[in-house]
Amino acid sequence: MSITDFLTDLFNPDLAFLPKALAIAVMSSIVCGVVGCYVVLRGMAFIGDAVAHAVFPGIAVAFVLQGSLVLGGAVAGVATALLIAIFSQNRRVKEDSIIGVFLVGAFALGIVIISQAPGYAGSLQQFLFGSITGIPDRDLYVVGGTGLVILGLVLALHKEFVSLCLDREMSRAMGLPVFWLDIVLYVLVTLAVVISLQTIGNILVLALLITPAAAARLLTDRLGVMMLLAPTIGGTSALVGLYLSWSYDTPVGGTIVLVATAIFLAAWLLAPRHGLLTKRMRRCRGRESADVVRSSSVPDLTRPQDPSASLR
Amino acid sequence: MRALEIDGLDVDLGGRAVLRDVRLHLDRGELVGLLGPNGAGKTTLLRAILALTSTRAGRVLVEGRPSRPGRSEIGYVPQRHEFTWDFPISVEQAVMSGRTGRMGLLRRPGVPDWRSVGDALDRVQLTELRRRPVGELSGGQRQRVLVARALALAPRILLLDEPFTGLDMPTQELLGRLFTSLAGEGHAVLMTTHDLVAAVDTCTRLLLLNGRIIADGHPADLQDAELWTKTFGVSETSPLLKLVRAT
Repeated sequence: MSITDFLTDLFNPDLAFLPKALAIAVMSSIVCGVVGCYVVLRGMAFIGDAVAHAVFPGIAVAFVLQGSLVLGGAVAGVATALLIAIFSQNRRVKEDSIIGVFLVGAFALGIVIISQAPGYAGSLQQFLFGSITGIPDRDLYVVGGTGLVILGLVLALHKEFVSLCLDREMSRAMGLPVFWLDIVLYVLVTLAVVISLQTIGNILVLALLITPAAAARLLTDRLGVMMLLAPTIGGTSALVGLYLSWSYDTPVGGTIVLVATAIFLAAWLLAPRHGLLTKRMRRCRGRESADVVRSSSVPDLTRPQDPSASLR
Repeated sequence: MRALEIDGLDVDLGGRAVLRDVRLHLDRGELVGLLGPNGAGKTTLLRAILALTSTRAGRVLVEGRPSRPGRSEIGYVPQRHEFTWDFPISVEQAVMSGRTGRMGLLRRPGVPDWRSVGDALDRVQLTELRRRPVGELSGGQRQRVLVARALALAPRILLLDEPFTGLDMPTQELLGRLFTSLAGEGHAVLMTTHDLVAAVDTCTRLLLLNGRIIADGHPADLQDAELWTKTFGVSETSPLLKLVRAT
């Protein structure tokens, strides 16, 4: 299908679900891209996985009670995030084990609850792998509003989150409320996951959180740039993924994630400074011109620190 | 008034006595080395000074007032591995992160913040590298970033946790001179170290710690072998004692 056909379908009133799905996919990918930067930099991918699974029982309850899936998922996810934060204060069992316990426990609860609903098999697949049909108009506003709140909080607490990622002990010494900042960050991750569930699905939502941010990290050494690149990569993946999914009739969540994965692999190979192929090409070129001049754009890190830069 | 005064300090960790009846004081202009074996409680003592660990008894007075987190009189320089060096952040941003607590919520760095960061970078001679990602720095440069981050708060007391560990001799000397001149400018500097040579060479006073303070004095006054065998639990023939006698 050509891009013109896709555009025609987008504005076709009979296919009103398509632009809605596109808007939600792009909005949630952008939010996940931004929040994902902290997740990737702090090495908390496993927590992201845990809350992604933990929202499942909430969604199941909401489904059984015919309530808002986004709201149900948010409540369950936030509750689990709080439980993880509180239980990890006990240092006898490590945080990753605590996360593992709650991750599987919550998912099991979700399966038991949803099995009580008649005709659950179809809806189960929808939760797990995402869908572009059947999105109520209300969700459009809920996702947009929640996304704006998340981005606002990130903007407001950015320097505190950075300090926390850099050095927890120092953050405590500075008098920052480390425990509460942890909780806010967990809750932000949860909300970002919840608003992405509709189109991407429960299993694959982690990719939206991790992959764009990880690709952005490969492309830059500057946090500000990374936090602009990640949502750009996420949003592009959602747009291209939905287009491909619509054209070739593939599952939407899987297609979006595959596009993001392809971007990540491309970044891994071709990143300007740290890419695998880029480095190899530079080395080949360096060998040819080794006796001419040494590349000055790449600092030579093997050289020890210059001791002549003495201190006054 | 003393910059730092500790009296009768007891600290337990996980039900185990780590520090007992610790008494020490620190004045401005001093560079004091805190020596002791692993598990002697050196880092715990620094954490108690920062009020990051609960104490069982005793008191810690910073400029005459009880210590609590967020007091900017103390500049803390943790061990290098505490910092996430692969974070995509420049040297000057890393130093600015030291002022996060001071700025307060919802504030962005203003002119005074950037001025403090600039002064701190000047002080450790990293101004030229201020835009470089921290991941690309050498060990000595990283240590200077952490010192600059502490200095960005213009503290009167500096606590340094093992600043020399893993650094080569020229870099140690460079840092030693920096700490000496910081003390000369009126900072009260307390540093833990395993490096006896550097400590004896640079410090104006040494504290020997093993659960409690075993000795407190000028390096030249700590020649008694028994003090060292008691602190480090080594035998009379230990190379450590040869080193002490040689200095």
